[in-house]
Amino acid sequence: MSAVRLLIGTRKGAFVLTSDGSRQSWQVEGPHFAGWEIYHLKGSPADPQRLYASQSSGWFGQLLQSSDDGGKTWEPVGHDFAYQGETGTHPWYDGTPRPWQFTRIWHLEPSLDDPAVVYAGAQDAALFRSTDGGQTWQEMVGLRGHPTAPSWQPGAGGLCLHTIIIGPHDPSRMFVAISAAGVFRSADAGETWRPANHGLSSEGVLPDPDADVGHCVHRIALHPSRPDVLFMQKHWDVMRSDDAGDSWQDVGEGLPSDFGFCIDVHAHEPETVYVVPITSDALHYPPEGKLRVYRSRTGGHEWEPLTNGLPQQNCYVNVYRDAMAVDSLDPCGIYFGTTGGQVYASADAGDNWAAAVRDLPAVLSVEAQTLP
Amino acid sequence: MEVTGPVTQRSVLDALERHYPVLLGTIRDRTTAKRRPFIRFFAGEADLSNEAPDGLLPDAIVLGAEVFVVVGAMAGG
Repeated sequence: MSAVRLLIGTRKGAFVLTSDGSRQSWQVEGPHFAGWEIYHLKGSPADPQRLYASQSSGWFGQLLQSSDDGGKTWEPVGHDFAYQGETGTHPWYDGTPRPWQFTRIWHLEPSLDDPAVVYAGAQDAALFRSTDGGQTWQEMVGLRGHPTAPSWQPGAGGLCLHTIIIGPHDPSRMFVAISAAGVFRSADAGETWRPANHGLSSEGVLPDPDADVGHCVHRIALHPSRPDVLFMQKHWDVMRSDDAGDSWQDVGEGLPSDFGFCIDVHAHEPETVYVVPITSDALHYPPEGKLRVYRSRTGGHEWEPLTNGLPQQNCYVNVYRDAMAVDSLDPCGIYFGTTGGQVYASADAGDNWAAAVRDLPAVLSVEAQTLP
Repeated sequence: MEVTGPVTQRSVLDALERHYPVLLGTIRDRTTAKRRPFIRFFAGEADLSNEAPDGLLPDAIVLGAEVFVVVGAMAGG
């Protein structure tokens, strides 16, 4: 029978949850790296036992860990993320120039076909790649070398490269998303990049609200069968692109709030999208204290609330951008983690929810692996 | 741990990082070699955090009578 493994990054360690295909009861292992912020951990699609984890803290900086047994044991790998060449500056919050400075790795994206190849998204925004299982890292200089980079300004969480999408059918096609620069697309496996933000509007945030860069994109997602169709949760607005990011349309009408962080796509239904509306940029909790996942089965054109098993009063948690995932079982499983330490699971595409685990440290990221 | 030459904060940490490369960047900034902001150095009852990195460490450390302690400063309780 199939199984599902959830990889949970939290403020104080990593947790690994496993269940059989019923996804009703979960075995919890952890915390691994107790006391450390685990911004993200993810498994290789080419070898599900190969995992990578970003381990960081304000005291000791950044480490990186690798596992070859599905997260039971870990070994440190390389953690030298050195910006190449003249680092230059980007604007700080007050507009003054600030040298590019590495803080942490926000996101790890293993290659689709080689467990030794993995990409890392950094704060301050940059893309790194390892081809030796994380032992050494090289900056993909084409991204930070883009002419607009000196104008990239941080969002509230920092100038972070938080989303990396590879392929899926063409591994030379990549997308990254940066807060608060926007989406960038590559057609040559990350060597060169172009902004893909036309149609995004950041009124009241950018001097030129229709600027090519400077938009605070929180997350992008796509379905493998539709590589040109992207969905975006932005700092305000839920957006859709049907042309690989060349243009974007607002599909947030009908949501109680179109502010939020995470977004994901059903594993088998390319037009079924999930978001977790959050009240506002100032109030990082669900509208009316009701934790609701919203699902659209029409690619964003209509939305329905999913509430069975989720708290509908006195719930003031947040759900971060990397804290939602889907598995590939049928029915599709949906998972998300909250800043209150809960990880909610649905084994029926969101119709019903239950807590897979409660009372973890604040959840930073959730990834789901479907195991044979 | 064996330290070659004058025993200073720098030479001790150089030796430590040679033995344990995973510690590179976790105690000192990789580029500037400055102590990370929330790391502290102690020996005995003395806080050595703000001492010059190339200043000689006390004899007690050199002789092994005192341990050179590297801690993360858990500010705020």
